[in-house]
Amino acid sequence: MPNVTVDGIPIAVPDGATVLQACELAGKEIPRFCYHERLSIAGNCRMCLVEVKPGPPKPQASCALPATEGQEIRTDTPMVKHAREGVMEFLLINHPLDCPICDQGGECDLQDQSIAYGRGHSRYDANKRAVTEKYMGPIVKTVMTRCIQCTRCIRFAEEVAGVEDIGALYRGEDMQITTYLEHAIQSELAGNVVDLCPVGALTSKPYAFEARPWELKKTLAIDVMDGVGSNIRLDSRGRQVLRVLPRINEDVNEEWAHDKTRHHVDGLVRRRLDKPFVRQGGKLVAASWDEAFAAIAKVARSAKGSVAAIAGDQVDCETMFAAKSLVKALGSDMLEGRQTGLAYDVSNLGAVNFNSTIAGVEDADAILLIGSNLRWEAPLINTRVRKAIKRGARVFGIGPEVDLTYAVEWFGNDASLIAKLPKAATDAFKDAKRPMVIVGGGALKLDGVQGAAMGLIKTLKLVSEGWNGFNVVHTSASRMGGLMLGFAQTGGIADIVAAKPRLAFFLGADEVDYSGFEGSFKVYIGHHGDAGAHAADVVLPGASYAEKHGTWVNTEGRVQYSDKAVFAPGDAREDWSILRALADACGVDVGFDSFDGLRAAMITAVPALGREGLAGYDFSAPKLDAKAQMKLGGEIAYPIADFYLTNAICRASPTMQRCSSEILHGDEMLEAAE
Amino acid sequence: MADAPQIPDEAETRARWGAFAWTPDNAKEAQRHIDKYPAGRQASAVMPLLDLAQRQVGAETDTQGWLPIPVIEYVAAQLDMPKMRVIEVVSFYTMYNMAPVGKFHIQVCGTTPCMLRGSDDVLAACYAKGMKKGATTPDGLFTLTEVECLGACANAPMVQINDDNYEDLTEASMASILDDLAAGRQPVIGSQIGRRTSEQVGGPSTLKDMKKENHDYRGEWA
Repeated sequence: MPNVTVDGIPIAVPDGATVLQACELAGKEIPRFCYHERLSIAGNCRMCLVEVKPGPPKPQASCALPATEGQEIRTDTPMVKHAREGVMEFLLINHPLDCPICDQGGECDLQDQSIAYGRGHSRYDANKRAVTEKYMGPIVKTVMTRCIQCTRCIRFAEEVAGVEDIGALYRGEDMQITTYLEHAIQSELAGNVVDLCPVGALTSKPYAFEARPWELKKTLAIDVMDGVGSNIRLDSRGRQVLRVLPRINEDVNEEWAHDKTRHHVDGLVRRRLDKPFVRQGGKLVAASWDEAFAAIAKVARSAKGSVAAIAGDQVDCETMFAAKSLVKALGSDMLEGRQTGLAYDVSNLGAVNFNSTIAGVEDADAILLIGSNLRWEAPLINTRVRKAIKRGARVFGIGPEVDLTYAVEWFGNDASLIAKLPKAATDAFKDAKRPMVIVGGGALKLDGVQGAAMGLIKTLKLVSEGWNGFNVVHTSASRMGGLMLGFAQTGGIADIVAAKPRLAFFLGADEVDYSGFEGSFKVYIGHHGDAGAHAADVVLPGASYAEKHGTWVNTEGRVQYSDKAVFAPGDAREDWSILRALADACGVDVGFDSFDGLRAAMITAVPALGREGLAGYDFSAPKLDAKAQMKLGGEIAYPIADFYLTNAICRASPTMQRCSSEILHGDEMLEAAE
Repeated sequence: MADAPQIPDEAETRARWGAFAWTPDNAKEAQRHIDKYPAGRQASAVMPLLDLAQRQVGAETDTQGWLPIPVIEYVAAQLDMPKMRVIEVVSFYTMYNMAPVGKFHIQVCGTTPCMLRGSDDVLAACYAKGMKKGATTPDGLFTLTEVECLGACANAPMVQINDDNYEDLTEASMASILDDLAAGRQPVIGSQIGRRTSEQVGGPSTLKDMKKENHDYRGEWA
């Protein structure tokens, strides 16, 4: 703990801290462009100059200077002020004065810092350097003349995204940031370079010229694109969400968000269900709410308890609880959330949870991936695995070989390997202090894999004092919440298909194989006209996650609350109110009359949903049928075929369609004619 | 960046150079460079390998060689480096050519000492032969590049042609060098005014006795 003084304030800083961090601890703001907490130190923008004694009698770059015992740091001297003004003047030599047409305007580090630390005017009247635009793919728009060569984007691509696509060509004044041969960035995290860019050189292509930051309403929400539950901020204007930005949550997403999280928003205003539909003569016909409810109530009365509810991947706990209450009031308990047919044992929620926690992945020293394409199923857990590798972890994999941006020792695509791990893995795990297994949905689909993976808890000593390395990664935002609310049958959705329910509610479930429900009266409550609405007999327009308050539980069992940013379009209603009104139409009582009443009833039923943070399941491996393990074997197939098109919102989004065809399918996208 | 290299069309380059591979001699030489560094640090050999590749391309095309994209990727693959990192190296150093050059690559130093001593005259001699900065003459003989200091300031002005320096130039001597090269003759390498390396013009003005022998001056100390 070196003791330093910053502007006369004595302060003890942690070992290894830099002078910049010491200044921040003392409450002094240090302007910077290239320095970023989560990236390596470059020290090339020179904006963070301070005066340090002892040392040479000149300003020092504080970001790259270690704080040492007895340092006297000054950030308020004329020398520092002069140095900052000088650096700012140099940075602005070649920076264009195009703030009025720049998308970064209003949230631009260069703008803010030139006001705070720059000179009032420029002494340069020579021509500015111009740099040609670079193509970086469907997410990142470039105006490279604005670039100040801080190299944050290069460092992010290399260190966090693990895709060394971005680099700096040429040298000196001619230096240009570009991607390799100007191809699209081959990363699902590309959008983060837009946030990292301190100027307007890299801006968001889908959001170009949409809005100014000060006219946007900011709503705190939780991402539903995967099971990670990234903390996000919805920026909306009027009735439309215009963009999504990540919020900082060290336990979940740090400060990153993947491209699906950021750019699905244009899907929220396309292909929306905005009025009820009833199927008449084989065709869906627009109807009023009363007509739709009457059609459902007629079936409900004759169903005599043969009712089921299937939840999709993007359903909040409140909606699921309301549906559960309705199904219960109608005399049934057929609930299922694993719409693609997964049927793993859920007698112990801890055994299907991401127990080490997402942040805990960084501490692991041996990781075994079982049937999980982590890069697509949970990109922000994948970045944690990269961090663990940097700290010396080894990663092994069972499943089809994919590029996870780091070195994986693949054993092959055969589920029976779980029961008889190769020696390389057993040796590595023998010495591991924090061993970890990550089981993906692709593996859980196979019979016996869950049991075999449970067996690893003992053989690889995954659970020890203060450590639980048995992890299941879910791809659905509603999965853990659904399991807590009992949306699981012993045999999965197959049990419900076998029971042939007269009436079936589908809550935004678009991945269900509807051929099994031909005899059922299908009611689809959801927000997008996708597979579910096509198959339904009655379509009730609901609200997407951005249009309702909701409780979400991520794959590590973290309960998080999301707020309502905008109103649902047209006649669409919040899902809970649809289900409540439906209860009236069917003449049953669900026990709540308001959203608050619903939430209170839900928390009474499942108290863990009332506390923000980890739900903390008791962990005990269930004893699984030994016979199931006998059948173990077969090839694993990953559940996600196309990262950018995993749900109804993404499929409705032109940006995601474009990402899919360009990044994953390599089609050359022709620029639209001007 | 007006005189930045005009990188040739990628598809054409791939068609021409896609099958690039080391000649047996160069493969051995490349391995020798890689072996200089410990295992896992093979990326350190990137610069000698790129130079080798450029020379091999030069030998194949009877020019000074350049680095087409497939060749850069070939080196990247051999060293297990990201392609972007290799192309960064190529673009950083002026010694690597990103576009084809002629049989003689004339690099005229235009930095202050050379400029003061008449690099403009040297350039004028080049222009007189029809050369343009950053371009190759139609006959494929000469490529002219203006470069920054090549470290021979005592012999300014100077040019580097291929691997040799030509120093103490005037417009006339530069013109005669170019004529010789065009005619297939080898001009005198080094100083064009007959001095050895960077010794003083007109002979030494001090320590004159040293010229004949290793003279012992100690007895003459006052």
